[in-house]
Amino acid sequence: MTVRVQTEDFDLSAELADFAKGRTDVGARVSFTGVVRDVEGGLDRMEIEHYPGMTQKAIAAMVEQATLRWELADCLVIHRHGPLRPGDQIMMVATAAPHRVAAFESAEFLMDYLKSRAPFWKKEFGADGSCWVDAKDEDEDALSRWE
Amino acid sequence: MLDVMYFAWVRERIGEPRERVETRAATVNDLVEELRTREERYAVAFQDLSALRVALDQELADFDASLEGVREVAFFPPMTGG
Repeated sequence: MTVRVQTEDFDLSAELADFAKGRTDVGARVSFTGVVRDVEGGLDRMEIEHYPGMTQKAIAAMVEQATLRWELADCLVIHRHGPLRPGDQIMMVATAAPHRVAAFESAEFLMDYLKSRAPFWKKEFGADGSCWVDAKDEDEDALSRWE
Repeated sequence: MLDVMYFAWVRERIGEPRERVETRAATVNDLVEELRTREERYAVAFQDLSALRVALDQELADFDASLEGVREVAFFPPMTGG
């Protein structure tokens, strides 16, 4: 189980090639990559702020929850902070399990929790100035299916 | 003494990322009340608590939680990770 919080980009194909490598008990690997999207056009950049003392611990606790809930062989979470441009990778989650249902579900579980329980805040900068991205009700609602 | 930290627009409204606060507040709500009466910028930042989240010693908590034994309090808007 690996959690990395960093400003640098990551090499998705290298991460996936390395992930759960050599594990013969793994029948399924699932990965998700989040990318900076220019929703309305005119996005110049995004700044992601985080809470250094809390971020790593909060994500590790989510990973721990996932391993209690599903039979997971391995799990990788990388989340970036700092300045990012449209099209840049923000984060990735990868899960490895004996069976695909556990791999898919645990990846979704981690994504849902990362969205609204990991201490990151996004600020968008464009031609019209800057604004903090609001949390969405649907992201909060997404957690209810795991309760 | 408490370390009080602010993130995102809460940090911008208050004008600093962290400060040491001398307080006898028993709960987070008490601390918020104290800060609100200090200066206008706090009153503005803490206007609507439903738009805020709080963490005590780096764990999410409720506004009615006790501050006993707590060293670090952080206020921030709902998180937007992922």
